[in-house]
Amino acid sequence: MIRFLLRKFGLLIPTFIGVSIIAFAFIRLLPGDPITLLAGERGVSPERYQELQAAYGFDKPIVIQYVNYLGDILQGDFGTSIVTKRPVLEEFMQLFPATLELSICAIILATVIGIPAGILAAVRRGSFTDQSIMGVALVGYSMPIFWWGLLLIILFSGILQWTPVSGRISLLYFFPQVTGFMLIDSLLSGQAGAFKSAVSHLILPTIVLATIPLAVIARQTRSAMLEVLSEDYVRTARSKGLGPFRVIGLHALRNALIPVVTTIGLQVGVLLAGAILTESIFSWPGIGKWMVDSVFKRDYSVVQGGLLLIAGMIMLVNLLVDLVYGLINPRIRR
Amino acid sequence: MTDTSQIVEEDLEHVEEHVGPARRGRLGEFWYYFSQNRGAVTGLVVFTIIVLVALFAPLIAPHSPSLQNRDAFLVPPFWQEGGNAAYILGTDAVGRDILSRLIYGARFSLFIGVFVVVLAMTTGIIIGLIAGYVRGWVDTAIMRVMDVILAFPSLLLALVLVAILGPGLLNAMIAIALVLQPHFVRLTRASVMSERNREYVISSRVAGAGVFRLMFITILPNCMAPLIVQGTLSFSNAILDAAALGFLGMGAQPPTPEWGTMLAEAREFILRAWWVVTFPGLAILVTVLAINLMGDGMRDALDPRLKKS
Repeated sequence: MIRFLLRKFGLLIPTFIGVSIIAFAFIRLLPGDPITLLAGERGVSPERYQELQAAYGFDKPIVIQYVNYLGDILQGDFGTSIVTKRPVLEEFMQLFPATLELSICAIILATVIGIPAGILAAVRRGSFTDQSIMGVALVGYSMPIFWWGLLLIILFSGILQWTPVSGRISLLYFFPQVTGFMLIDSLLSGQAGAFKSAVSHLILPTIVLATIPLAVIARQTRSAMLEVLSEDYVRTARSKGLGPFRVIGLHALRNALIPVVTTIGLQVGVLLAGAILTESIFSWPGIGKWMVDSVFKRDYSVVQGGLLLIAGMIMLVNLLVDLVYGLINPRIRR
Repeated sequence: MTDTSQIVEEDLEHVEEHVGPARRGRLGEFWYYFSQNRGAVTGLVVFTIIVLVALFAPLIAPHSPSLQNRDAFLVPPFWQEGGNAAYILGTDAVGRDILSRLIYGARFSLFIGVFVVVLAMTTGIIIGLIAGYVRGWVDTAIMRVMDVILAFPSLLLALVLVAILGPGLLNAMIAIALVLQPHFVRLTRASVMSERNREYVISSRVAGAGVFRLMFITILPNCMAPLIVQGTLSFSNAILDAAALGFLGMGAQPPTPEWGTMLAEAREFILRAWWVVTFPGLAILVTVLAINLMGDGMRDALDPRLKKS
């Protein structure tokens, strides 16, 4: 198991170096000169330009620049925002809980509905239930979620007035951020209505973000289940007289869930990476919206640092998925 | 000399006699399984209609997609109160006919799909063939680069690439093709590696076939089934991603009647005029759904494991 982990980890190193080269190259590939870009719209005088070039090390050979950049990263220095002048890592850590909270809720929703739906479709293969579930799943899979979000806003926020349009909590409430998770912090604050407000802000973004993973999980569960149901040991279990719940719930499900766990894990990586569209539609202050806003504000050092942090995080989640996969499926440990 | 060439020609004819019906048989078999799938056929019909609409847009569209009618701002669809039969699906905030814009938008979406898939597929297949056939350090280097591209969320990478290249439809398509391409590389490489030591490849090599002939004519046709399915899925992904970039303001720029860009323009009116938001998104959903239905049908028809024996 340890060797398996080490091998997986070893594969990550060249990928991480590649990712860091892309982040490093990004600011140098942009049209125009990095100093002028970093200086923003006001521009700089020629003397100041020389000074800045020396300060950022842009006058050194490109390889030295890269080594310095890598050194900074390994010390936790991901650059400083041009707009807010705050360290990129600090902004990331501040916004990350919002994305994490939303992603966790979305993945729970997707799993809780997706797996039973997939099992039901597989068990009743070819029936009306199966066709309806798979039909809905394909619609979900094909959904342009930015439009789906707008539709839900029209219905629930516009016509029914049930949910707010944007943000994480109503402006009426103010309390210290202890964990960064609004659901927990609002409970800890003890203010009446704060938790309800946090929940109502979370509902629509969760549904929107969960839509595609839900469809993917349902489809994957169904096909994994179908494969397992035709195995010999399932027939054996059936023929020795076990009830359908025992056969499906205990014998089949255990093995069918192995590929599903991987799918869920990979979806978590994608969701954590930003949920760019969902966060943009609902003005959810997470890292996806942060990246989009930074691209538009031309805050290129944030984009550079954010790219690296997000890619690093996805790689870490994928490593965890591999670990879990190795734990539940000893065959691949080799 | 003439003798041998005659023999070769005869042989070729012989081969063709064998291959001809076999090919048709495979296509026929594919069509049989495909047409058994009601969803796939529905998808094909809807997709054909969309293609026809795109081709004949100037003949079908009741108005010009860019004509701003000053007497008709935000007119609702004809069945609603205040609607006007001249604008079946209503007008947008500057008085343009939504139906006409949607009809012209079909051209953009299909063009995006074709462009992205052709670009991603050709480059992906060539790179994948090289990686799978040459192996060694070339393979390692190529696959590490693909890992790096896949380490980023695709939409984020496309967004950043467009920031480098500059907003616009062409750059958005290039960026999307680049992020979709690793999937083709991986698929091609995997199939090439499983095919390259098969007997038919070795016999072809022994017969003196060159590297390019082996790669493109001997091996590649036998790797196409999964690539075609992936191509279909990428087609719908390309349309979705391009619409998403348009929606974020980084794809096609207004006043282009691209569906995602139309949604971005309509966003501020969502609580006042539901139709400006609803129809462009519905067009995206229907198109993508039709393509995915076809893709599912193709996968089932091409994958022998799923066939009902």
